[in-house]
Amino acid sequence: MLINQFLLLAAILFCIGVYGVLVRRNGVLVLMSIELILNAVNINLVAFGTQHDISGQVFALFVIAVAAAEVGVGLAMVLLLYRTRRSINIDELDELKG
Amino acid sequence: MIAALLGADSFTGAVPTNIAFAIVAAMMIFAAIRVVTTRNVVHAALYLVLVLGGVGINFLLLQAEFVAITQFLVYVGAIVVLFLFGIMLTKAPLGVSDDLDNRKQRPIAAIVGLLMLAVLSFALIKTWTDQKVPFRLSAATNTTELSDSIFSTYLIPFEVVSVLLLAALIGAIVLARKD
Repeated sequence: MLINQFLLLAAILFCIGVYGVLVRRNGVLVLMSIELILNAVNINLVAFGTQHDISGQVFALFVIAVAAAEVGVGLAMVLLLYRTRRSINIDELDELKG
Repeated sequence: MIAALLGADSFTGAVPTNIAFAIVAAMMIFAAIRVVTTRNVVHAALYLVLVLGGVGINFLLLQAEFVAITQFLVYVGAIVVLFLFGIMLTKAPLGVSDDLDNRKQRPIAAIVGLLMLAVLSFALIKTWTDQKVPFRLSAATNTTELSDSIFSTYLIPFEVVSVLLLAALIGAIVLARKD
């Protein structure tokens, strides 16, 4: 197996995730796209880990733990948003606009 | 391209692993595209399961068994359920809905994604042209090595991650509490 096939698959997943973050307006779906990006990075870390030492897999485990924390806090924020505004449309959050 | 991928290696397991990779990769790309294009929120979460499971199979193909098991337990077991709870609690439209996408941003987002893919794949193909994944016959050493590394070299980051999880737990409770 070439290492490149894993890296290219990860690149494709990353770009699909970026597209999702840019185009979705539902808060939960934006978080799902961020999960796609994080998983692409994990494939990269493990694939590069096969070329050097085991550190790649250690970092992949750390990324999984941080992603779990991120989803927990992110969904709590989306929930709070829903409670205060009755909608989780990201495009309506434009108070910072001048 | 496919023939090059299939015949690329000399060890005996090359062809089956490459066929498995091709099937899983095709499934993952299809499911990932469906995650960002489907008009049904619950379907997006279920397609996400396919992508996350495919990532776990990729870890197995890269001989990272422990990371693969963690991926299945944490992502497929916990995070997707969390997403389904999020969908339920925010009373998202359960059927087909046209309001999930910002239609004006679709072309520009597609351009950004394709440009990024072009740059990334150019750099990857140029840098990692021929490097192969080394094949280890003794699978047991991998997890042993991983645990040795976590509990010696990366001990302090490991402890910090536990504090981070506690902070995220308390933060999520404080944010989502009703009062």
